[in-house]
Amino acid sequence: MSNRRRFAAMAVALTLIVGAGAIGYATFLRMPQVRAAGSLGAAFTLTDDRGQPITEKALSGHPSLVYFGYTHCPDVCPTTLYDMAGWLKTLGPEADRLKAYFFSVDPERDTPEIMHSYAGNFTDRITGITGSSEEMQKAIKGWRIYAKKVPTPDGGYTMDHTASVLLVDAGGNLRGTIAYQENADVALRKIKNLLQQE
Amino acid sequence: MLKHAFASAAFGLAFLLSSMAFADDVKVGDLTISTPYVRAMVPGAPVGGGYMTITNTGDTDDRLVAASSPRAGTVQIHEMRMDKDIMVMRELADGLPIPAGKTVELKPGGYHVMFMKVTDRFIEGQTVRATLKFEKAGSVDVDFPVGSLAANKETSHVK
Repeated sequence: MSNRRRFAAMAVALTLIVGAGAIGYATFLRMPQVRAAGSLGAAFTLTDDRGQPITEKALSGHPSLVYFGYTHCPDVCPTTLYDMAGWLKTLGPEADRLKAYFFSVDPERDTPEIMHSYAGNFTDRITGITGSSEEMQKAIKGWRIYAKKVPTPDGGYTMDHTASVLLVDAGGNLRGTIAYQENADVALRKIKNLLQQE
Repeated sequence: MLKHAFASAAFGLAFLLSSMAFADDVKVGDLTISTPYVRAMVPGAPVGGGYMTITNTGDTDDRLVAASSPRAGTVQIHEMRMDKDIMVMRELADGLPIPAGKTVELKPGGYHVMFMKVTDRFIEGQTVRATLKFEKAGSVDVDFPVGSLAANKETSHVK
């Protein structure tokens, strides 16, 4: 190989590397709140709050709000579900295609019945999801949610967990998040953006 | 006569109940407890958060060391905080310090008393009594009016 050809090959390789990096970086910038690049989500078989099986397919074909919490949570979870119900009500028919899911990070204690009375108290539009701990771990890990059981001295436990609401598009891709107690106007704008991305 | 006595007893009871619905400041030793409230509980959830403001007008530090209520199996003193986007909740094993001359606020997203193992859920409009125990000031009964599901201050019905 001549020097000139070797140089040309190196130039092509370098362009490819830089180009791939730029595309990767641009993708990363479009999802500023995602902690790691790559596709999120995982296959799971869980149970909805009406006792019916539900899989990861529930998160495709329409945009979704996805929240992970638990019913033994005195503050963040009821506040967030209350906010979610408020957003859905404010958006009205505009958000007809939007679905909302409340996954339990505490499936041991959160039975479908408990999830049903809990979620149903805010709105009939939030579907509670629970099931076996193993299957729930797939969803928790797949969506890069932090959930950790913390024992209390009385033998019980609380759960530390991610408090943001995930904005998932019809293709099942994470498009952003809504932080705990985010300004309602900002939250609504984020949801409208999600609805317009189809 | 007897009728009259019943009527005044009923009136007295009604007066007592209605006065309980207003959360007046509660004083114990150098401490003043104001605007206590709890949030209504969601069906299916056996826990509820209680909030209040505690002011220490004295010269010595005090500490909220324990709480109990006939409405709850246990009541714990918790710290809740956000660590980036993760909710972290801890029981304060040594209680909550109330420093001399300072005001400590127990509010949503922060310190709270957590009513646990609650069988009859708190419903908006009710009042929940709890006994708070302070290291120096001693014990005191406080009536917590029940606000809305997302109440963020006393008697607040909308968030």
